[in-house]
Amino acid sequence: MAYIELEDVTKRFGVVTAVDRLNLSIEQGECVAMLGPSGCGKTTTLRMFAGFEDLDGGEIRVGKRIISSKKTHYYLPPEDRNFGMVFQAFAVWPHLTVYENVAFPLQIRKLPKAEVQARAEEALKHTNLFHVRDSSPEDLSGGGKQRVALARALAIRPDVMLLDEPLSSLDPHFREEMRFEIKDLQRRFNHSILYVTHDQSEAMALSDRILVMRLGVVQQVGTPLEIYGAPANRFVFEFIGLSSFLQVALRDGRMEVGGASYAPPLPPPAELVVQGGAWLAARPNEIAFTAEGGVRATVLRKAFLGEVMDYRVAVGDAEVRVQTSRRDPGPAVGEACGLVFERPRWYPLAE
Amino acid sequence: MTAAVNRGSRVGTSQILLGLSIAILVIVVAVPVLLIFLNAFWVDGAFNVADVVKVLREPDTYQALVNSLILASGVTVTGTIVGTFFAWLVTRTDLPFKGTMKVLFLVPFMLPSFIGALAWKMLLSPRSGYINRMFMDVFGLDGPVFDIYTYGGIILVETMYLFPFVFIQVAGALERMDPTLEESARISGANLFTITRRITIPLVMPSILSGSLLIMLYSMAHFGTVAVLGIEAGIYNIPTLIYEKIHQSAGSFASIRTGTVLATVLVITAAFILWLQNRVLSRGKYQIIAGKSFRPTQLKLRGLRVPLLLFCIAYIGFTIVLPTATIFMVGALKTYGLPFTAENMTFYNYKFILFEWQLTKDAIWNSISLGLAAAAITMFAGVIISYVIVKMKVRGKGILEFLGMLPFSVPGSVIALGVILAWSGKYGVNLYNTVWIILVAYIARYMAFSLKANSAALEQVHDSLVEAARASGATMWQALRDVVVPLVRPGMVAAFFLIFLPALRELTVSVMLYGPTTRTIGVAIYTLSEDGETVYSAALAGIALVIIVFGESVIKRLFKVGRKG
Amino acid sequence: MADVRIQGVAKRYGDRAVLADLDLVIPDGECFTLLGPSGCGKTVLLRLVAGFETPAAGRISLGEVIVADAADGTMVPPNERGIGMVFQDYAVWPHMTVADNVAYPLKLARVPVEDLRRRTQAAVEMVGLKGMETRLPSELSGGQQQRVALARALVSEPRLLLLDEPLNNLDANLREEMRFEIKSLQKTLGVTVFYVTHDQEIALGISDRVAVMDAKGRLRQIGTPEEIYERPADAFVFGFLGLANFLPVRRDASGWRVGADGPAWTEAPPDLGDETLFAGFRPSDVILSREGEGLAGTVIRASFLGAMMDYLIDVGGTSIRAALNSHDCLDKGLMFAEGEACRVGLAAFHWFPHTSLEDAQ
Repeated sequence: MAYIELEDVTKRFGVVTAVDRLNLSIEQGECVAMLGPSGCGKTTTLRMFAGFEDLDGGEIRVGKRIISSKKTHYYLPPEDRNFGMVFQAFAVWPHLTVYENVAFPLQIRKLPKAEVQARAEEALKHTNLFHVRDSSPEDLSGGGKQRVALARALAIRPDVMLLDEPLSSLDPHFREEMRFEIKDLQRRFNHSILYVTHDQSEAMALSDRILVMRLGVVQQVGTPLEIYGAPANRFVFEFIGLSSFLQVALRDGRMEVGGASYAPPLPPPAELVVQGGAWLAARPNEIAFTAEGGVRATVLRKAFLGEVMDYRVAVGDAEVRVQTSRRDPGPAVGEACGLVFERPRWYPLAE
Repeated sequence: MTAAVNRGSRVGTSQILLGLSIAILVIVVAVPVLLIFLNAFWVDGAFNVADVVKVLREPDTYQALVNSLILASGVTVTGTIVGTFFAWLVTRTDLPFKGTMKVLFLVPFMLPSFIGALAWKMLLSPRSGYINRMFMDVFGLDGPVFDIYTYGGIILVETMYLFPFVFIQVAGALERMDPTLEESARISGANLFTITRRITIPLVMPSILSGSLLIMLYSMAHFGTVAVLGIEAGIYNIPTLIYEKIHQSAGSFASIRTGTVLATVLVITAAFILWLQNRVLSRGKYQIIAGKSFRPTQLKLRGLRVPLLLFCIAYIGFTIVLPTATIFMVGALKTYGLPFTAENMTFYNYKFILFEWQLTKDAIWNSISLGLAAAAITMFAGVIISYVIVKMKVRGKGILEFLGMLPFSVPGSVIALGVILAWSGKYGVNLYNTVWIILVAYIARYMAFSLKANSAALEQVHDSLVEAARASGATMWQALRDVVVPLVRPGMVAAFFLIFLPALRELTVSVMLYGPTTRTIGVAIYTLSEDGETVYSAALAGIALVIIVFGESVIKRLFKVGRKG
Repeated sequence: MADVRIQGVAKRYGDRAVLADLDLVIPDGECFTLLGPSGCGKTVLLRLVAGFETPAAGRISLGEVIVADAADGTMVPPNERGIGMVFQDYAVWPHMTVADNVAYPLKLARVPVEDLRRRTQAAVEMVGLKGMETRLPSELSGGQQQRVALARALVSEPRLLLLDEPLNNLDANLREEMRFEIKSLQKTLGVTVFYVTHDQEIALGISDRVAVMDAKGRLRQIGTPEEIYERPADAFVFGFLGLANFLPVRRDASGWRVGADGPAWTEAPPDLGDETLFAGFRPSDVILSREGEGLAGTVIRASFLGAMMDYLIDVGGTSIRAALNSHDCLDKGLMFAEGEACRVGLAAFHWFPHTSLEDAQ
């Protein structure tokens, strides 16, 4: 049995099912990111895990101990769960100093004074805050405040770390720095982490596995490579990185789009052939230009963005986005060209 | 230089506006205050502190200072406790009907406290108060259950009307506070009691303190309640003693001096309290407002839910319904002192006051016209002054900013005394005993409201909105006319009513300035009560309450519609 | 003619000089972007052109007209300069409908009612807000409000359109969409555009020419987007236009090498009179391999970001970033683990003198 188990966890708000029978196992020391657009139920799941929300179905266990259960109506209060949690809006206490913030949870646990000090200072050192321990967190930058929140969570030696969009309130360039800091801390302390984010590159960079959610329903669980390389459906494909879609008709082993018929770049799955049509999906950087052949298209607009050349091309009525490296000279605006789909994926039209 | 010529028209306009603004504030506020200081410290052409100390040491002056301090401290403590408790109750617990309760707790803001004091006098005066009499008659007690003519009585009544200052600030802070600040404490291992003690209360402390300082400020300068309840037992505070000195002793030099010395103490105290409040607010400017809004954890009252609800209802019944009902009932009595039975009641009193008696008819007419005039003038003056302070870059603005602070720290009785000194003929203009002197005093008294509402509205008008008009081809005046004025209009309307309604029930200033034909509603109610015409006094108070409540609800509707549009 | 000529312009706030002796010419019909870090004085320059600020020295002319000249005190007020302007915070008037907002400049110009109605309608349709004429700004999204501002700025057919970070408050998708739209409007109308931003992607995507300004208000380079990106004048320009690596290359007894005792640099750098030069390159310029040619390095950190692998690599004591296509890494066995040795080749790089680097940071 895994260290953390979420079994058929369900939450309803009125008629809306915010989380629908979510199942997830997390091993000791594993970092799992819950990824999805806002309102997908990821934060609600985290709050149920923390104990701030009751369940409308299912059970949550940590280390074989049940902490939330709909069946037995048992809910361990949040203050007794021994979790560390970091919030999007920092939630550091402005009336306490940095040190007092970090020491607070230790004092609550009635640890001996010397130990409170030792552990708080240790946590401050790990987060590079020792030199500002007597400052007010108000005087720190967003990144500084979030480090205080991290130190406060680390100090109690939590059984599980919960991070709720911890980087969303930071300036973009701080975001990357903090991302690496969190990763380092996780490696050092081998915490089990449940991480909520809507930023796919953050999820990719930080986690061992990603759970993609939409409207309360789990779409896919897998390693970052699996999620990126083999998205389970059109939603996951679209949510992870830039995407282009072409609606094609499938007939007689060929695909038809924009009034022309082509040999498909990759044979579509049999069940889609039966349906007679599909989405042909590709990333903008997985589409190449060719002068002759390929799916015929016309360049609508073109922008030089530095690293990449960004194109919008028309295939029939549809628009496809293509990005080439800045070193590959592509066609000009208005020019006819061919598109080669290097890594196409097929999704049913119903999605 | 052509530069000067080209920019000339603009600089000229700004300087005219600046000059006008300074002139308004100097004439209306600064001169009266200055004259008070002069009268207090400048004797026979020399600066004199020894005399000031002597005045302060006179037994009645000294006692008034001590009384003001006792009363203000008492009201501040009780008002803070009551306000904080109810604020916490309606924001952080699962008390039933919280929304309704919240609205009801704000009702005392609407009611004039001296009318409340009158009601409590009728209910709890030691000999004739209805409640005391009932206990004496029914239970055969020897003395009154509660004597309202005491420090305790005054503090109690003032608390009922001033606690909303703390309530509104603390409830606002608790509602806006980021709930994750408390959740993070919970996940850190703290239970609800510890969180309240170590996180929630310290975080809203700036709001609590700023609210209590406002109570203190109001109570220090408060006239009505002490005048109604204190004078009988010889309890004077600074404003009532100023009134006593000026009014009763017909303006002798010695009494005016005593008055100015007391007024000086009041101004300095008020300025100090405001300075303190500013410090508290700027030091406690925590960023506690943020992010995703989940509802904060509510304390489940469980078994205490119903008892606490009943307690709130009882409180509201006791402090709002009971006194209001008393006013209307007494106002309908044929003779004060009769029991409330059908044959003793009549509507004639109300009819008499509204349509027949010249004195009350005058009072109502005076109050309404004074209120309208003061509101209109102050509103326009406030827009101009706020515009210069908020939007203009012009040299010499510092003086205006300083002058703009003055109206906030000058209590009503000080203004009244100041305008008496300035406009009683000593400097060529004699407005004494006319409505004009009351009008000037109202403008000074309510300038602060207008400045506050108008600058808030102007802060909302970003510079880029004006610049966009300029870039579209508008001259400065066109931009002002088409963009700034329409956007500030709600602030102006707000300022108008913020002045008109309180002016309707004004007592502190008018009572020191009224003449034979220039009574206002407040003055009429007060003097009728003093003259023993309790029934007519109550009836007029009842009519005033109806006008005020009607006015407040009209504004609320107006603003709701305005916000939708 | 609506070319913008800025000659020897200076601006001071108190003792602080924001701009000094600045010259710039924007030819008629050009889409010109001023790119620089926040607080560098680029908005001040825009406001000088608009007429909201007065220059302390120098002269500004729009076409034939001198609109500001510190020497003789000429200062044409903004409403007489014939410009259109779009602000970062939209600045649409909240008490007017979409149509009223757009019609306002025409109303001020006393355009006859029929004409006014027709031109307002045309402007509203041009920015894609047809059917929303009677809405108030509070009923519009941020992007729609910015469209109103754009229509309002263009309705009186100004000679010059000034844009002050107009896309800052929009989300990424909308920003991209609006960027294309502004560009195509500019092309159709032939209006001269003076655009101020700190976002290099917008500047590269939209402009005919870009000027890069440093934090002290000095212009570092003016050129087409490609010139600026591929042939940066100095390290500041190179660093400002994207993630940049700077590898120190030093001459010692045996020749050129990276850092103090890093791998040898085989090709001698050009003679810039320096003992230490910097090779500047983008993360995407790095060609990574397991062995063979290239500088020896060690992978310090590997992050999979989806389309890209992001490596931090130590080369002779300097950390550099490398961005590689994830698919290529998978196909060619280049998924490095942290601590693994690698070889770093460079597809392209620029030489920067030692001094140039100091003010780049």
